[in-house]
Amino acid sequence: MTLQAFFYFFNVADILGIRELKNISWVLLSSFAVIVMAIVYVLPTVIPDTWPHKKINLGLDLQGGMHLVLEVDTDKAVESTLERISHEIRGDLKKEHIRHRGINLLKNLRLSIKINADNLDKFTGFMNSDYRDLRFLSKSVSNDLCTVFLALPEAEVKEIKKMAVDQAVETIRSRIDEFGVSEPDIRIQGENRILVQLPGIKKTERAKDLIGKTALLEFKLVDETHDLDAALKGTPPPGSQILYQFIENPDTGQVVKKPFLIKKRTALTGATLTDARLQIDPQYNEPYVSIKFDKKGTRDFSRVTGANLKKRLAIVLDNKVYSAPVIQDKITGGEARITGNFTTDEAHDLAIILRAGALPAPVRILEERTVGPSLGTDSINNGILAMYVGGIFVLLFMLIYYKGAGLVADFALVLNIILIAAGLAAFQATLTLPGIAGIVLTIGMAVDANVIVFERIKEELSIGRTPRGAMDAGYNSAALTILDANVTTLIAAFVLFQFGAGPVKGFAVTLGIGVVASLFTSLIVTRQIFDYFLKNRSVKTLSI
Amino acid sequence: MQLIKYDSNINFIGKRKIAFFLSVAFMVVSMASLVIHGGPKYGIDFAGGTLIQVKFMAKTSMDGIKGGLATIGLGKSTVQVFGDPKENEYLIRADALDTATEGLSLKVKKAVELSTGNDADIRRVEMVGPKVGSDLREKALFSMFFALLFIAIYISGRFEMKWLLSLGMAAALLSALFFVWKICIFFNFENSIPVLICVALIGTLVFFWFLKLKYAMGAIAAIIHDVVITVGIFSVLELDFTLSIIAALLTIIGYSLNDTIIVFDRIRENLRKHQNNSLEKNINKSINETLNRTILTSFTTLVVVVSLFVIGGSIIHDFAFAMIIGIFVGTYSSIFVASPILLVWDLFEKQV
Repeated sequence: MTLQAFFYFFNVADILGIRELKNISWVLLSSFAVIVMAIVYVLPTVIPDTWPHKKINLGLDLQGGMHLVLEVDTDKAVESTLERISHEIRGDLKKEHIRHRGINLLKNLRLSIKINADNLDKFTGFMNSDYRDLRFLSKSVSNDLCTVFLALPEAEVKEIKKMAVDQAVETIRSRIDEFGVSEPDIRIQGENRILVQLPGIKKTERAKDLIGKTALLEFKLVDETHDLDAALKGTPPPGSQILYQFIENPDTGQVVKKPFLIKKRTALTGATLTDARLQIDPQYNEPYVSIKFDKKGTRDFSRVTGANLKKRLAIVLDNKVYSAPVIQDKITGGEARITGNFTTDEAHDLAIILRAGALPAPVRILEERTVGPSLGTDSINNGILAMYVGGIFVLLFMLIYYKGAGLVADFALVLNIILIAAGLAAFQATLTLPGIAGIVLTIGMAVDANVIVFERIKEELSIGRTPRGAMDAGYNSAALTILDANVTTLIAAFVLFQFGAGPVKGFAVTLGIGVVASLFTSLIVTRQIFDYFLKNRSVKTLSI
Repeated sequence: MQLIKYDSNINFIGKRKIAFFLSVAFMVVSMASLVIHGGPKYGIDFAGGTLIQVKFMAKTSMDGIKGGLATIGLGKSTVQVFGDPKENEYLIRADALDTATEGLSLKVKKAVELSTGNDADIRRVEMVGPKVGSDLREKALFSMFFALLFIAIYISGRFEMKWLLSLGMAAALLSALFFVWKICIFFNFENSIPVLICVALIGTLVFFWFLKLKYAMGAIAAIIHDVVITVGIFSVLELDFTLSIIAALLTIIGYSLNDTIIVFDRIRENLRKHQNNSLEKNINKSINETLNRTILTSFTTLVVVVSLFVIGGSIIHDFAFAMIIGIFVGTYSSIFVASPILLVWDLFEKQV
C-alpha cells in the first residue's frame, strides 16, 4: 500500500466512523473477521494437520541446516566454448588447406590466430563465410606474420553465462534430490550466484562435496613414451601433463600424492553416461562405482580401448586421477568401473554426481552457514522463554498501572501476538531467531500506542471531561501521532527487508507485521471495547 | 496511577548546554575509538572468515583447544568462551580459507577431540568469503543511508508539508550520489562507499539547512547521534559488528524516531494552541506533557529487551545489548538533541 493510499484509507475510515463510531456494525464485523481469520491461520501451527495447512516456516537457524552461496565460474563456461570453437577452426582450416601458425586461447577469453600474410585474404574469406558470428577485434601485422584476435559476440557470452548458471542449478538440484533432502531451496541469486538452503541436513560435509564437485569425468591415456621423473623435474613434454592420484592410508589418515604423466587429449568424457551405480566388489569387499555408456559412448569406448590395447587408460575426475588400469581387452559392452579406495558413502555420492552429470562450470563456495539441530532447538527455547518472561512482565505492568484499561490493552497485546503468528503463516514467511527477537521487541513497543492514547485520555479527564468525551478526544488526537510514529518503524523494516539477507529479513518481516498489527489492535480493537462499555453498558467512570 | 504530574514543569531545554556537552563528549569518544580501532570490529559477516561454534561435553581448557587447532594449521585462529562458561561452549574464528574449508568442521572436530580428550559437538559453522563480506558491508551501509533518506522525506513531508521539496531533494541527492559512485568505480577507488555515504549524509544536513527543514534536521541529527554512540560503545567494548547489529541499528533508528515524532507532534500542537508562549516554553511544555508516555514506553521496551539479553541465548546477546543502548540513547536524544535543535535554529534565525 502506498503512503497516500494509507492516509486515504484512514480518511475513509474517519468518514465511515472509526473516529465517531456512530455506526459500529461494519468496523465491529470486520474486526471480528480479522480475528477469526488470524485464529484459523494460527491453528495449524498449534495443532498439526488442521486446515488451512499453513504452518509457520522455521528458518535454518531455528531448525538446523545448511545455507550455501555458490559462485559459478561462468568465465570457464565461455572458455570451454571458445576452446571447442578453436578446435573446429583448426579442423576446418586443415580441410580448406589454409595453413596457420598457431591458434591460441588467450586468458581474456579471446582467440588469437597466426597466419602468414600471403594467406590472409583466403583466411578472411573463409572466416567471413564459415565463422561470421565471431567478433573480429583487431589485427596486428609484423613482417609477414599476421595475428588476428577474435572473440565471441557479447550477446552470446551473456547467453552462455546464463545457460551455465541455469544448468548448474538444475544439476545441483538433481544431485540434492537424489541425496535425499526434504524441501531444499535452490535458486539463482544475482548474476552468477546460487543460493542453496538445505533444512535439517546433518551430513553437511557430504552434502557440500556433493554440491561443489564439478564432476568432469574424463578418460585419458597415460603417456608411457616419456619419463615421468624427467617430467617432474623439468617441464612435461608437449601434449602431456602431470596429474595426481590421492591415496589415503586408512589407518593413519595420511594422504599420499602419486604423480602420473597423462596425455592432455581427452579420449572420452563422462557426457555420454547413462547410469552410475554403487557396487561392492565381492572379492575384496571394496565399494566401486560402475558406469554405463549410451550407444555413442559405447562405440567410442570400444574404439578407444581397441586402439590402445596393453596401454594404461587413466580415469580422471576433476583433474584428479582415480585409477589407471591397463587395457586388457577391447571393451564393447559399454560398461566400466571406477575404483579408488572409496568408502561406501564416497562411492554412493560419486554415483549420484555422475548420474546427475557434470556442472557446466566449476562452482566455488562463497558463504556457508551451518547450524546444528541442537543449537536450533536451544535457540527456539531461549527465544520463546524470553518472549514469555518479557510478555508476562509487560502484561502485569499494564494491568497494575492502568487497571481496567490495562486489561483492555493486555487483550490487545495478546491479540497482537496472534496476529503476527497468523501473518507469518498466511504469508508463508520464515521465522528466524532475529524474527523471534522482533516479536519480543514488538511486545514492548506495541503497548506504546495504547500508552499514548491512555495518557491522552487521562489528560483529558484531568481537565474535567466526561469519560466518553475524554475517550473520543484521546483517540482522535492520538491517532495521527501513532500513525506517524509507526510509519517510521515501517520504513526501517522495509529497508531491512530490501537489503537484509536471510535471518535479518525474517526480523524485518516480523517487525513489519508487528507494527501493522499493533496499529490495528490499538486504534481499532481497543476503541471498540471502550465504546461498548461506555455506550452500550453505560459505564460512568473509566478505570484508567 | 501516575508517574509524573501533568502540570510538572521540569526545565529540560534549560539544560541543553549540559546535554550538548554530554552528547558531544560521547560522540567524540565514539569517533576516537572508531579511529583508533580503524573502524568497527567487523564480525565474519563483514570481514569474511570462518567461525565455528563447538560445545564440549566436559570442562575443557582453552589451551587444549588451541593446541588441537595448531595441529591442523589453524594455530592463528582466536578462541573465545561463548555464553555461560558452564556450558563449555567456544567460538573459534579463523581467516577465510575458501577452498580449504572442505571438510574443515570434521577436521576441527577430530583435532580438538584428540587434543582435549573431550567429545565435541560442532554446533554452528559460518564461512563468509571476502567478496561476500565486502558485498554485505556495502549493502549494510546503503541500507542505513536509504533508511535515513526515506525517513527524511517522510518527516519533511508530514511535518512541514513539503513533500515535493523533500522528494526533489532526495532525487537530487541520489542522482549526485550515483554519478560520484560511477566516477569512483571508473577511477577504481577501493572502499569508496563509506566516504560516499558520509558525504551524502553531510549533503543531506546541508540541504535541510538551506531548505529550512528544521524538524527533519532535528530528527536526523538525533538519529545520527544515536547510531554513532551505539556503534562507538560497540567499538569501545570491542564487540563484533555483525549483520544482526545492523538490524538492531535500524530498529534503534525506528525507535528513536518514534520518540522524537511524538515529542515533535506535541510541540506542533502546542505551538498552534499557545501562540503567545515562547518557543522555549512550548518545547518544554511538550516534553513534560509527553514525559509519562516516554518513560512508560521506554520502560516496557527495556523490560522485554533485557529479558532477551538475559535469557534469549548467546546468539541474540549482542543484538539485545545494542537495543538496550539504543533505547537509552534514543529516549535521551529525542528530549535533549532533537528538540533543542528546533530552539537553537530559531535563536540563530533571530540573530541573523
